[in-house]
Amino acid sequence: MTEAILSVQGVSKRFGGFTALSDISIDFHRDRLTSIIGPNGAGKSTFFNVLSGAFPPSEGKVHYNGRDITGVAQHRFAHMGIAKSFQITNLFPLLSAHENVRIAAQAMQTRFNIWTPRSRFRELDEKADALLELVGLWDKRHETAGNLAHGAQRSLEIAVALACEPQLLLLDEPTAGMSPEEAREMMDLILKLHAERGIILVEHRMKLVMGISNRIVVLHHGQLLAEGTPEEIRTHEEVRRVYLGQTV
Amino acid sequence: MSSKAERNALDVDRTGEQRQVRMPALIDLIARHRVLAAIVFLMVLPWATPYEALAINILIFGLYAIGFNLIFGYAGMLSFGHAAFFGLGAYGCGIPIAKFGFPWFVALPLGVAVAGLAAAIIGWLAIRARGIYFAMVTLALSQIVYYVVFQWVSLTGGEDGLRGVAVNSIDIFGLRLNMLDPMTKYYAILVIVAVALWLFSRILNSPFGGVLEAIRENEKRAAACGYDIKGTRWLAFLLSGLFSGLAGALYAMHLSVVPIETLHYFNSAIVVMMALLGGMGTFFGPFLGALVYLLLEDIITVITVHWQLFVGALFVFLILFFPRGIWGSLLHWMKQ
Ligand SMILES: Nc1ncnc2c1ncn2[C@@H]1O[C@H](COP(=O)(O)OP(=O)(O)OP(=O)(O)O)[C@@H](O)[C@H]1O
Ligand SMILES: [Mg+2]
Repeated sequence: MTEAILSVQGVSKRFGGFTALSDISIDFHRDRLTSIIGPNGAGKSTFFNVLSGAFPPSEGKVHYNGRDITGVAQHRFAHMGIAKSFQITNLFPLLSAHENVRIAAQAMQTRFNIWTPRSRFRELDEKADALLELVGLWDKRHETAGNLAHGAQRSLEIAVALACEPQLLLLDEPTAGMSPEEAREMMDLILKLHAERGIILVEHRMKLVMGISNRIVVLHHGQLLAEGTPEEIRTHEEVRRVYLGQTV
Repeated sequence: MSSKAERNALDVDRTGEQRQVRMPALIDLIARHRVLAAIVFLMVLPWATPYEALAINILIFGLYAIGFNLIFGYAGMLSFGHAAFFGLGAYGCGIPIAKFGFPWFVALPLGVAVAGLAAAIIGWLAIRARGIYFAMVTLALSQIVYYVVFQWVSLTGGEDGLRGVAVNSIDIFGLRLNMLDPMTKYYAILVIVAVALWLFSRILNSPFGGVLEAIRENEKRAAACGYDIKGTRWLAFLLSGLFSGLAGALYAMHLSVVPIETLHYFNSAIVVMMALLGGMGTFFGPFLGALVYLLLEDIITVITVHWQLFVGALFVFLILFFPRGIWGSLLHWMKQ
């Protein structure tokens, strides 16, 4: 077995008196596409926020490629190779789709350069266009991000996250609010992206991820309820109880 | 192939639009060649103002407002302590001239450096706070600067201000400029302001300028993309302080004295007003703001002594009814 790309040990997160995550330990591997599922409010986004550095856990440790990254500042994560697409679309709304990806890509190259004109960095334009092409937004690249249709904004989220060339990509409900057709295209894209990097996916529609995941993690009330192959999860007693009424 | 057709279509659209309305085309031109446009504007300015000293003030306070706008308009943080950098720029340039007989070309960079050092320290302390707390921290720290300068009479002249900052002539390449002649002085200062404007425009066009824009739009996403928000803010504050300091240093050379009022918080408020009046976050706006503000002051102080009351009313009016300012409104109107 390969070494874990991300290793979570005893992570808890409390908001005031409310425990959103309690004592979660789990390893993630690059070559196994892992999906985190769970009902609304299970703590999936909170877990992702801890993994992507938006805030530190209240307790526990996170190791990335063997290195302790607990409490490391948010902006360092992109440079270490961890990127996240947000559940609620989180873009630069007044910039064009192209500029959104371009500014994200720029972070890897130059941040405090106050001298060279931005237009000199041709390679950033090319990189932005290539990523927009990858997610199927090339023809919309000059449109203002805030004016894009919902599905297009979801794709742009992913292009922006990809701009830092992450080794590990965290996708928080990338299909949220998408039509079934769009969602299927998104799943194809995710499979394609997985060929080159580790991916962890949050989804609360279980059916969508069963087909593409190598491994599934179930969160419930902030606790790790189960983990295993899609087949194991499908037949798991407690998971069935939690998802009562939904066909697993 | 399709992209080429697309581009052509776009071009047709653009020119059609420009033919329709002349005025926006002019503003568009100014916006695209902003430094050149600003310089042309400033070259004719002294011929349009009632007297030359007013034009020099517009030049200097315009630069001050532009520097302030970097932190206020572009980084989105309301500093209420920029008088510290303007004032320290003035004292930092004036003291070496008045007390130690330094030549102006050494004193001027010294003034800018002193302002920059203060901005580095005050910025480092203040960026930890946000919103109104940031404004209060900058105000409090700038008040400390005011009292130190006020008390240090032997060096600064204290309450009476610093006297004897005499720069009567400037020699450049064998050319002697008589700084006692207001027109000569105006154009000599304009040369320095023009260079500063060019540098400023360069900063806005740089990758760093793009980061400022991104942070202003979505701080959380910018951080997730890998941008150090605090570091960026600190650098913006430092740069802003350097430009304000240069304005202050020029002010000292212009007046031949440095009044303690340069450090007074009223001078911090003035620059907020100028940026608001002209249009925060626009390149040209703060200059227009400085121009309108100083012209108004000039006219109204003749009529009534309650100028400050008028300033307060103007401030409220701007915030409530005119948040885009003059230039900002023009640009907005053009885009529609
Ligand atoms: N910043 C916060 N402060 C207080 N409570 C929070 C905060 N963020 C999340 N919570 C709470 O933590 C719990 C888990 O929220 P989280 O967003 O992680 O759930 P989720 O599994 O992503 O749900 P969903 O499927 O709806 O996206 C919820 O009860 C939520 O109200
Ligand atoms: Mg969520």
